[in-house]
Amino acid sequence: MFETALSAADLIFLAKGAGITIVVTAISVVIGTVLGILFGVLRVQLGPILSAPLTLFLDIFRSVPLLIQLVLANSFIGMVLKLQLSGFFVACMVLSLYTSAYCAELVRGGIDAVPGITRRAARSLGMSWAQDMRYIVLPLATRVALPSWIGLALGVMKDSALVYVVQVTELLKSTQILITRLQEPLFLLLICGAFYFIISFPLARFGGYLEKRSSND
Amino acid sequence: MIEIQNVHKSFGQLEVLKGIDLVVQKGEVVTVIGGSGSGKSTLLTCINGLEPINSGKILVDGTEVHAKSTNLNKLRRKIGIVFQQWNAFPHLTVLENVTLAPRKVLGMAKAEAEAIAERQLMHVGLGDKLLAYPSRLSGGQQQRMAIARALAMAPDYMLFDEVTSALDPQLVGEVLETLKMLAEEGMTMICVTHEMAFARDVSKRVAYFHQGVMAEIGAPEQIFGDPQHPETRKFLASVR
Amino acid sequence: MFDYTFQWNQVLVRLPKMLDGALVTMEVAVLSMLIGITLAIILTILRLSGSRPLKAVATGWIEIARNTPALFQIYMAHFGVASFGIHFSPFVSLLIGITFNNAGYLAENFRGALKAIPDTQARAGRSLGMSQIQAFGYIILPQMLRISFLPMTNQMVWAILMTSLGVTVGMNSDLYGVTQDLNALTFRTFELFAIAGVIFYVITKFITLSARIIASRLFRY
Repeated sequence: MFETALSAADLIFLAKGAGITIVVTAISVVIGTVLGILFGVLRVQLGPILSAPLTLFLDIFRSVPLLIQLVLANSFIGMVLKLQLSGFFVACMVLSLYTSAYCAELVRGGIDAVPGITRRAARSLGMSWAQDMRYIVLPLATRVALPSWIGLALGVMKDSALVYVVQVTELLKSTQILITRLQEPLFLLLICGAFYFIISFPLARFGGYLEKRSSND
Repeated sequence: MIEIQNVHKSFGQLEVLKGIDLVVQKGEVVTVIGGSGSGKSTLLTCINGLEPINSGKILVDGTEVHAKSTNLNKLRRKIGIVFQQWNAFPHLTVLENVTLAPRKVLGMAKAEAEAIAERQLMHVGLGDKLLAYPSRLSGGQQQRMAIARALAMAPDYMLFDEVTSALDPQLVGEVLETLKMLAEEGMTMICVTHEMAFARDVSKRVAYFHQGVMAEIGAPEQIFGDPQHPETRKFLASVR
Repeated sequence: MFDYTFQWNQVLVRLPKMLDGALVTMEVAVLSMLIGITLAIILTILRLSGSRPLKAVATGWIEIARNTPALFQIYMAHFGVASFGIHFSPFVSLLIGITFNNAGYLAENFRGALKAIPDTQARAGRSLGMSQIQAFGYIILPQMLRISFLPMTNQMVWAILMTSLGVTVGMNSDLYGVTQDLNALTFRTFELFAIAGVIFYVITKFITLSARIIASRLFRY
């Protein structure tokens, strides 16, 4: 009923691409989240005026196309610094900062959502700033920010499709290579899209469920 | 004239109206009292066709409300209704809240609609709030605005569905005063209410609803002074 | 280590060309938003309709738009449909891809906005004699607009950023495409893309700032 020139070797090639997509995403989300928490807490602690340079810096990652961020980082490292870094490294670096910019916003929003009275209560029990942060603010802020964080992580996975521009052959690029060779664009794109969808859809639903649950209580 | 003939109404398995008969004459004020779940509020939303009915008939000036051929949008122009939750339109000023329907439904010119709206708002004591947004008003003021909004359509009948139930106690009086004023002006009204004193003072007849049945109807002196139905007695004893 | 000499002049003389590209970028983004909002309203209505197949179409659209990369959606609009013998120009493919994405995200947002408005609002309108369409147009829609305004602004910013993906289907008249062509000519990659980045930054800031001004004018309540 359906004929394709797609071979087992091609499927393995696609699977490798999918693997790269997942690895790049995982690394960037982990580093980006750590940095994002750091930047977010820093922004809240420093207040709007002192943190303005940081805010501006992070804002760039949300206001300039990711493609340009990748090209700029790559050319700066290669042409200006004359360093021989792999595309994979550059991709993870840029995506991590990109993630951290969005994550910092979530962290800030989460901390702002913790009522001041709760924090005063913690401090009046004799907790230090660090203890208040560790035991009161971050757990509550995490609850608020978690659904959006899931959305962010999935967003990073989808946006990782752009790292082809620094010569990283992730899933979509692998698909495109096969399209050029096999001339079966629709079939190959459907496989590729299905992969993203199968990962993203259930997790997005789960995030939606968490959000509904926390808004109900 | 509103004629309600043997109306049955169910929500799923639950029968909330079990054969209601009631005729309300022009200029008459009828209040409906009863416990929660007695079906009294449902009756009002059936009268203006917001809710379908299962059997029976409701006629407003001879037009059958639930007949397929009835243009409900047209019919509703002469039946104003005010709900427990006043439902102010938050994105419109007080004046715009009141002029919206006259302009868009009746096709009135802006100036004409505003003149009518100002008059109605003055009437309910909101003459100084024309340009305020509802969020700036108290519950009682919003409810009076909702009354003015309904009156601006120049309805022949007004239905009031527990209009004071959601209000803070100190705001109830101003709304009841407004209703009393309307009654004295000869508006035909059906009021579902928990305010017994209001029912006694204002209505020509009082109906007591119990579990989807109109257990008793009569002049206020009779209902409050000499209730015939045992359930009416029980209810009145409980609210006193 | 810094023996690289930045040559901004060589790039700045090309600025007019890049600004022309910026206009195309804005054109694509604005068009994709206008069509996207219209489609999102239709998707929202379909989702609320009683018809199961229509609901399935709307839900499928929304979920695919939200759960696959935007670049995938643009590829589908360009290479995917080519399997059916349909060949769109890069401009059209890019516009379709971004519009598809916009409509999906906005429709999801509109549904949330609709849920946030109590049913009693429409009921109050109907009881004043309004038709269903009037109650929606005069009472529900304006309130939805307020709730959805910020998300729509964000989507507009996204649309601007997504135009950069057009280059993958051969678009060369938008800001990114122009920059890429100039790069092939001059090899001043860093300088060129830095300028392009600044232009993108200015455009997105312009959008968020003007949206804030419009919102304060529009929503006084």
